[in-house]
Amino acid sequence: MLSEYLGVLLMLGIAVLLTVGMLLVHLYLGPKRDFEAKLEPFECGERPLVSPRQRHSVKFYLVAILFVVFDVEAVFFYPWGATFRETGVPGLVAIAIFTLPLVVGLIYEWRKGALEW
Amino acid sequence: MIVVAKTLFILLAVMLFFAPLLTWIERKQSAVMQDRIGANRADLFGMTFLGLLHPLADLIKLLAKENVVPAEANRFLHALAPILSAVPAVIAFAVIPYGSSYRFGDFEITLVAADIDWGVLYLLAIGSLATYGAVLAGWASRSNWSMLGAIRTTAQMISYEVTMGLSLVGVFMVFGSLRLTDIAAAQDTTFRLFGFLDLLPGLLPAGPGWLDGVRLPAWGLFLQPLAFVLFFTCILAENKRPPFDLPEADSELVAGYFTEYSGMRFGLFYMAEFVEVVVIAGVMTVLFLGGWSIPWLSQQTLIGGVGSLLGVGFATAFCMLLHVACFFAKVAFMIWLQMLIRWSFPRFRYDQLMDLCWKIILPLSLLNVFLTAGGILLAERVGGGG
Repeated sequence: MLSEYLGVLLMLGIAVLLTVGMLLVHLYLGPKRDFEAKLEPFECGERPLVSPRQRHSVKFYLVAILFVVFDVEAVFFYPWGATFRETGVPGLVAIAIFTLPLVVGLIYEWRKGALEW
Repeated sequence: MIVVAKTLFILLAVMLFFAPLLTWIERKQSAVMQDRIGANRADLFGMTFLGLLHPLADLIKLLAKENVVPAEANRFLHALAPILSAVPAVIAFAVIPYGSSYRFGDFEITLVAADIDWGVLYLLAIGSLATYGAVLAGWASRSNWSMLGAIRTTAQMISYEVTMGLSLVGVFMVFGSLRLTDIAAAQDTTFRLFGFLDLLPGLLPAGPGWLDGVRLPAWGLFLQPLAFVLFFTCILAENKRPPFDLPEADSELVAGYFTEYSGMRFGLFYMAEFVEVVVIAGVMTVLFLGGWSIPWLSQQTLIGGVGSLLGVGFATAFCMLLHVACFFAKVAFMIWLQMLIRWSFPRFRYDQLMDLCWKIILPLSLLNVFLTAGGILLAERVGGGG
């Protein structure tokens, strides 16, 4: 039933209107006195020496890859979890088979040091 | 029309009552815990009302401040980020039931803005949308502090999203549904605390008879204690509240991803954080504290009992009010708990944060899934409940 989503749509509409409205009021009410030093990014009074957009530690990318793997796993768990009482033991065996490679993978990553920060 | 009324009720309760009140509670509670007086200056005709006018004063002040955008920033994304941060926080409340369904003659009302059958997934999905706000804010500002905050946010939020989802699986298994109204309704009953002793027939001498009479409310907290701890930790980390506030860490990153924000744009991030505190309290209440249910007093018993004295219509209305009051009382308790945690613990180090997620919570939540599965199968075999 699509009518169930009416509440969500309504809330979305109100939330967007409210936030955009507040920002517009803020733009209108606030003073405008720009000068060069004010528009610099905050850096303890210095001009920034390096650009923020540079290469970052590979650890952050590793976390992102781990996230993709395990989040997909979590998504497969939801329908199984919600219907567990119907699927019973066969369902449990199936999900155990599905989880096993992931657990092995997790242990491998752990031993390899991918989880060390 | 009913939908509009229900939506407006919950929006007003959260946005106009709980969230502004929270900014006051946060200041006052921190003040009490640190032996200070706290906010007490804003006054209206000389009356300060214990500082309760501060949220209003803050709003007016933030609206009247200048909007400073750094010269090199991406102006469009800079404006979009606070909206992307605040809107998901607000709309998450659409699926949280704040009361049961009630029948007045032919007219039935369910106290939830949108009764979606995949409510838990909706919450998790909307929760992860909030990441975009924080990341875009940091990226668009083109400031070193913001960028560091944004990168930390990304890694922290996506890590905890995984465990947040996994630690909840045990809860769906116990209640057998993803619909939040069903989950709340399933907790409006009790279970035998010592029911698990039925599993070992003959091993133990028969206990005294009153042991069978010890019943606990069938709340997620009692059926899934491990999931409660894991999920609560994850959801706090997802909202970037102390002790998990590394993306904002004011003592090292100035203010993290919203360093370059001023006026109401900053105010929206601030508001999003406090609305999220209420959302967390609501989610925890529905999933683990029985939602609107009154412990040891189910809806049927209450309506039946009061109805026989004063008529069913009156009893239903009375029950509805009591349930809504009960829900908000539990929400207030969870908010208090979060504030207590926020002011009690020092901030984690980043490696500790990541270790906690991947090395402790992730294995434990997988373990919890299989323990729960075993528990449910055993309980079904002996015919006990839960």
